[in-house]
Amino acid sequence: MSARMSAVTNSAVTQAKLWYWQRISAMVLALCVLVHLGVMIYAVRGGLSAAEILGRTRGSITFGAFYTVFVLACAVHVPIGFARICEEWFGLTGLRAAIVAKLLGLIILVMGLRAVYGVVL
Amino acid sequence: MKRVNDFRARNHPSWWAFLVHRVSGLLLALFLPVHFWALGQALHGEAAFEGFLRYTDAPLFKFGEWGLVVLLSLHMMGGVRLLLIEFGPWSGQRKNWIAAAVGFGIAAGLAFALALVS
Amino acid sequence: MSATLKVKVWRGKQSGEFVGYEVPRLGSQTVLDVVTHIQRHLDPSLSYRFACRVGMCGSCAMTVNGVARWTCRTHVAKVVQGDALEIAPLSNLPVIKDLATDMREFFDKWAGAKGQFKGKTTRHDEFAQVKPESRERAAANAGIECIGCGVCYASCDVVTWRPDFLGPAALNRAWTLANDVRDTAQRERLKAVAGDVGCHACHTQGSCSERCPKEIEPTAGIAGLKRLTARAAVRGELE
Repeated sequence: MSARMSAVTNSAVTQAKLWYWQRISAMVLALCVLVHLGVMIYAVRGGLSAAEILGRTRGSITFGAFYTVFVLACAVHVPIGFARICEEWFGLTGLRAAIVAKLLGLIILVMGLRAVYGVVL
Repeated sequence: MKRVNDFRARNHPSWWAFLVHRVSGLLLALFLPVHFWALGQALHGEAAFEGFLRYTDAPLFKFGEWGLVVLLSLHMMGGVRLLLIEFGPWSGQRKNWIAAAVGFGIAAGLAFALALVS
Repeated sequence: MSATLKVKVWRGKQSGEFVGYEVPRLGSQTVLDVVTHIQRHLDPSLSYRFACRVGMCGSCAMTVNGVARWTCRTHVAKVVQGDALEIAPLSNLPVIKDLATDMREFFDKWAGAKGQFKGKTTRHDEFAQVKPESRERAAANAGIECIGCGVCYASCDVVTWRPDFLGPAALNRAWTLANDVRDTAQRERLKAVAGDVGCHACHTQGSCSERCPKEIEPTAGIAGLKRLTARAAVRGELE
């Protein structure tokens, strides 16, 4: 059963699709990260305070939309690379690595969207 | 039965670029849920969030923030290098981009450090 | 420059160890000269491979001070550390004895990547007309000088981490054929080189391109295969 399951996770089409989804999300993230780094360097001046942060983010559609896209791109991008590391460095088989990675992706998605909700709404 | 390579076979720029990209990605991946949990504290209201933020004033925390900025910068620029290698017209291992990645990481680290102390 | 070299050579089969030899140091000496001296004058039981001695056949590839090289084209002066040399068989391949490795899996993977040309014309048909400066032909030409020496395969960590990985040489060969407009096996080939046994396992570590004695860059070909297989997957041609 695990051989067949590995065949499913390792199939040519699956791997090709994972490859381009990771590259597409990477391109989105490159832009998001550039903006985020700029915002962080600006925001951290004079120390962090809840009033300052929430003053910028609360009720802001721009912030909400931007960081939602950011979270979605992370949820796609992180598990694909993480699964590889699990297989090659942590000794997990194809199926177990895929499950662990998908779990991480779900955590990132749920907690990320929750955080966006928390600071925007 | 099979011999494996050691660091001597790996001692070239493209391999180091791979290692930095993978390790920075791994650390960032593990950090993200923590980051989202921290921001999620805002759900408990501004006062609770403010209370939580005061924990982040500790110097060790600030050093961690700085480290993450550097890791993120390196991972991003290393990633752009890979996108160029995979999608751009072929022009070798793009070792100039390895230099650009390190340079950008240093610059971002400096900018963040300056912002931290201002 | 000292008068002798202190050379450690891997001896053994399944298990083994490095054995030390002292070899007279000469000007313009290659690592193959050193190995040959040991076998002819010091220890006739040493097993190793070579053929042309002039950098054409790729038979003499070994691990020298941790790096895969052609020993006939590696001057001692370039790699010696003080007066010490360490010579071992290529990594990632089963060791038959001492410095000779079993290359079967290397060539089996070549076949596994559909690394053979398949055409549809015969001697009775007209010649194929291929413009040498066309993009595909230029890409193919960049990779066709491969002589199957195994240095790239021995240098790749993904080959170490994933025993089924086809490896840089096989994938490079597949890339040259993917760019051969006369070839008719494109669809099976893309299927063969996709997935974790193929191009998608490559992490662009670049050791293959860094070490290839013919300055071929399998990294380029593998990146190209990633693009081709992605396009095929989107078009439903990868099933």
